[in-house]
Amino acid sequence: MTNTNFLIIGGGPAGLMAALSSSEFGLDPLIIDENQTIGGQLIKQTHMFFGSKAERAGTRGFEIGMELEQEIGKRNIKIERQASAVGYYPDGTLAVLQNEKVTPLKPKAVLVATGASENFVSFPGSDLPGVYGAGAVQTLMNVYGIKPGRSVLMVGSGNIGLIVSYQLMQAGVQVKAIIEGLPKIGGYLVHASKIARAGVPILTRHTILKALGGDQVSGAVISKIDDKWQTIEGTQQTLEVDTICLAVGLSPLTEILWQAGCQMNYIPELGGQVAWHDDLMMTTMPGIFTAGDVTGIEEASTAMLEGELAGLGAVKFLKGDSKALQSRINDTACRLAALRAGPFGQKAREGKCKLAECRR
Amino acid sequence: MLSDKLTSCGIADHSDIPASWPSEERLKKGPVVVVECFQEIPCNPCETSCPRQAIVVGENINDLPKVDHAKCNGCTICVSRCPGLAIFVIDVNYSETESLVTMPYEFLPLPEKGDTVSALDRAGKECCRAKVVKVVNTKAQGKTPLVTLTIPRGMEKSIRFFKLIP
Repeated sequence: MTNTNFLIIGGGPAGLMAALSSSEFGLDPLIIDENQTIGGQLIKQTHMFFGSKAERAGTRGFEIGMELEQEIGKRNIKIERQASAVGYYPDGTLAVLQNEKVTPLKPKAVLVATGASENFVSFPGSDLPGVYGAGAVQTLMNVYGIKPGRSVLMVGSGNIGLIVSYQLMQAGVQVKAIIEGLPKIGGYLVHASKIARAGVPILTRHTILKALGGDQVSGAVISKIDDKWQTIEGTQQTLEVDTICLAVGLSPLTEILWQAGCQMNYIPELGGQVAWHDDLMMTTMPGIFTAGDVTGIEEASTAMLEGELAGLGAVKFLKGDSKALQSRINDTACRLAALRAGPFGQKAREGKCKLAECRR
Repeated sequence: MLSDKLTSCGIADHSDIPASWPSEERLKKGPVVVVECFQEIPCNPCETSCPRQAIVVGENINDLPKVDHAKCNGCTICVSRCPGLAIFVIDVNYSETESLVTMPYEFLPLPEKGDTVSALDRAGKECCRAKVVKVVNTKAQGKTPLVTLTIPRGMEKSIRFFKLIP
């Protein structure tokens, strides 16, 4: 593993775009990723992406991942696979673990684009085999070609819950229902409609009470809930399922940012603790950048643009400003603002505003 | 204002539909697009894929698509380009008693021309039998094949999916 001026931790949509934008302006970045396949969550996304042409809208997520990997290859950008950043030391050394060997790297700039981990909910039986996170279900189906079960209850109607339900249906798995605690569907209604017209009920104001089964899931008990999230007597029903899939949100994976001493703030709109960052995604620690879900849970398209900005920020930090760089930064920032301009971007907009005001 | 049925069940209701519906006059002239995109999301492949500029989203890509049904010739290009699978093409002039509806269908096995299938409405309810008159699955559809069904006249307002009859 060779040393680098610009180390990118995480080869997902944000990290890959940062590698491309920084390399375009003369940096020679190194991407490390804990997986064998780069692309992060993109490799599991079989649906066409939203956005505009510049964000490759209409292209399926895994194809975007392949396109980015090709561009990375063309530019001879270095990638270390199955390599994890396991520690950040006060002198700026990052410990990278690969093949049971730790290599110390001391880059002048770092991008933490580590993404997020799935949230779980606890209920009686939630430790039974057959209770999965939606990410695991997607990995099993779309990376390894394995059906997770025969009949599924999906918990959560955000875009992940809706998309994974649709993919389960495509794989020939019966989705018995999608339940959602809130009174309204969380994800895009077009995703919801394509599930509804195939006859799968989406039950808002519903929660899971328990999973049934001895050695593995054999059913789920769900119930209607009121405005105060209390179960309503007499509305319980039992669904015969062998799989319960949880799609109940994500939390940023921020360990390296904490270790590096970046100022962290709790911003619920962004999904939890996130690092303060400036307009070019630099944290309160000079030279440490952050982008993608680790700085606020959003869509892959926004992660790509944040990554692009962070790569440009690293160029400015390491090589100074230029007219061409500034014009590119403005363009990327405008496209990012455009993606967040609608009602679905409201939470992210509010969260980012709150975060900006937190600078101590 | 979106209906409760749409926001809580994902099923567009009578109050949501009119925004997408072409005039009776236009319907009589031949196949035409119906864009059932009722919620502002950042997306515009419908606009960029239309060769006749019949669909416009505009500068703010979160705006709803505005359809000029007079410019649309029902070519179906946008149907497989819409990431939300929310676009359909309708032709009420197929025969005296039947209409055509073209829809995106991303499931296997694909039906074949001549098959009889069970036509479903927006809630997945079986409404009638339908005959498959066309299946288009070339590279241009990008793995979102198009299936065209004949359905009884009047049902073009409600049929949006189908299932195979085993």
